Amino acid sequence: MEKLIEVKDLRIEFASGKKIVKAVNGVSFSLEKGKTIGLVGETGAGKTTTALGIMNLVPAPAGRIRGGEVLFKGEDLLTKTQQEMRQTRGNRISMIFQDPMTSLNPVFTVGDQIAEGLHLHTKLSALEATVKAQDMMERVGIPAARYNEYPHQFSGGMKQRVIIAIALACSPELLIADEPTTALDVTIQAQVLDMMRNIRNKLNTSMIMITHDLGVVKEICDQVAVMYAGQIIESGSLKQIYKNPQHPYTEGLFKSLPKINENTERLIPIKGIMPDPTNLPEGCSFASRCPIADKSCVNIRQLSKEIEKGHFIRCMKRS
Amino acid sequence: MKKSFKGNSKLVKSSQSKEIAYRLWQNKAAMAGLLILLVYVFLAIFADHLAPYGFDDQDLSRRFIRPSAKYLFGTDNLGRDIFSRIIYGTRISLRVGLISVAISSSIGTLLGAIAGFYGKAVDNIIMRCVDVMLAIPSILLAISIAAALGPGLSNVMIAISIGSIPSFARIVRASVLTVKEQEFVEAARSIGASDLRIIVRHILPNCLATIIVQATLGVAGAILSTSGLSFIGLGISPPTPEWGSMLSAGRQYIRDHGYIVFFPGLAIMITIFALNLFGDGLRDALDPRLKT
Repeated sequence: MEKLIEVKDLRIEFASGKKIVKAVNGVSFSLEKGKTIGLVGETGAGKTTTALGIMNLVPAPAGRIRGGEVLFKGEDLLTKTQQEMRQTRGNRISMIFQDPMTSLNPVFTVGDQIAEGLHLHTKLSALEATVKAQDMMERVGIPAARYNEYPHQFSGGMKQRVIIAIALACSPELLIADEPTTALDVTIQAQVLDMMRNIRNKLNTSMIMITHDLGVVKEICDQVAVMYAGQIIESGSLKQIYKNPQHPYTEGLFKSLPKINENTERLIPIKGIMPDPTNLPEGCSFASRCPIADKSCVNIRQLSKEIEKGHFIRCMKRS
Repeated sequence: MKKSFKGNSKLVKSSQSKEIAYRLWQNKAAMAGLLILLVYVFLAIFADHLAPYGFDDQDLSRRFIRPSAKYLFGTDNLGRDIFSRIIYGTRISLRVGLISVAISSSIGTLLGAIAGFYGKAVDNIIMRCVDVMLAIPSILLAISIAAALGPGLSNVMIAISIGSIPSFARIVRASVLTVKEQEFVEAARSIGASDLRIIVRHILPNCLATIIVQATLGVAGAILSTSGLSFIGLGISPPTPEWGSMLSAGRQYIRDHGYIVFFPGLAIMITIFALNLFGDGLRDALDPRLKT
């Protein structure tokens, strides 16, 4: 199948005083049309920065894209001008932000905010845009009668639906969802995920799902990429990763989850903390926390290797 | 606004402004303020018909008459009817106050928004210029500008508006700085909005509250500065009636004939009060979160 988006060796850095924070260090993945990839990892692993890199929205001047390519249908988004990118953002690639409480403008009605993207990217008249926006509201499960209400009149879950409606208003080909359910409680999470899945299937939108919740990934993703310290350390199909995690970090992640059918006294955490991104080790960045690492791991750069078809890991011990 | 919702797809664009007008209408204090302002506007337009005497009808035989049925607010040192002069003064004072604030607030807002939004060098260049202007006492600045341009109503307005641009720029910049960090700005960017659109549609409406408050206060300041300039002969030249200059001209008689300064002062105070009431109401009406 045709690849919708292909990220090749993306590198993003932030300047912080004299130090350089290496947030994303050579991330590569690709996604086919209509599929969903989950980017998983702990806080600070570079998930959101990767997403901003794809949108070419890395906050300048502190942040800079150091290298790599983001091929969207074969065109490199990183070489486009900001003006060209504006045509793409919201129209062909949309993003959903983490916090529904602050992602909506408090002084405009939600309906107008949904219609704004339509005004920017389509030639619909004001009335048509209004009708389309109301249609989007119904699709995400908000009565169209609430078009004229303001964000503060909505609950968190409803706000997140509004944000999803904004993102999907122009029927983008790619939707980047940055922890869309993190700020919601569990029952609402399930509803929102359900709704996202339905809409994705209907519109045949591809999705990059950023999350640290392995349960969410299992719900909605076809592929998984586990990120650690700005690299994808393991990637593969949902089944490959969940049934057969190979990288010690991925294993650790699964071990740290409570299991419903086992009587566990204590959860097993991954010891230690992520390495300082201003001073990443030469070799494997996970080595200091890895149960199977030895001296060679610290010094040798880990390359991504395919251990079965479509299943890549960056670990010389296991490949 | 569930009540005003019509339930069909034709609702709408206009309903947002209708709603704001409705909320303003509900606000008694704001309406009172608006009413007072309208009365002033009415006075200004029909001054020729409403004023019992001309604004420069001097008659030394009737100097210093206390307020009475014949001379409602009394007469001044030259025997002019204060009531008539205040009515004529509405024309000048309102015009100076409103126009100079309109000029300074729009330029100040523009500069502040650009400085706050783009930051870095742009911010530095704009704000350092503003700082230089702030370092000069505003009355001194107005005096030098007015002196350079020569006396006259429009020159006074220009002088005063230039003098109050810095405070607008600073206030707007400060509030743009807080608003631009919010996630909805990034969200707007992610749907492809341009910088201009983000500033105008997303950031400035969120700064309106501070701008409105500053503007209503600015009108008062502008009227007073006009009087200051008039006092030293750079503003409105006598005998043109202007509240501020009436105040300063009457200063020397304040002990024996307090009403000479009392009524012009009262006129200024009521204007500011009305503007503040209206400005507050407008701010509340524009802020959907304060909706009840």
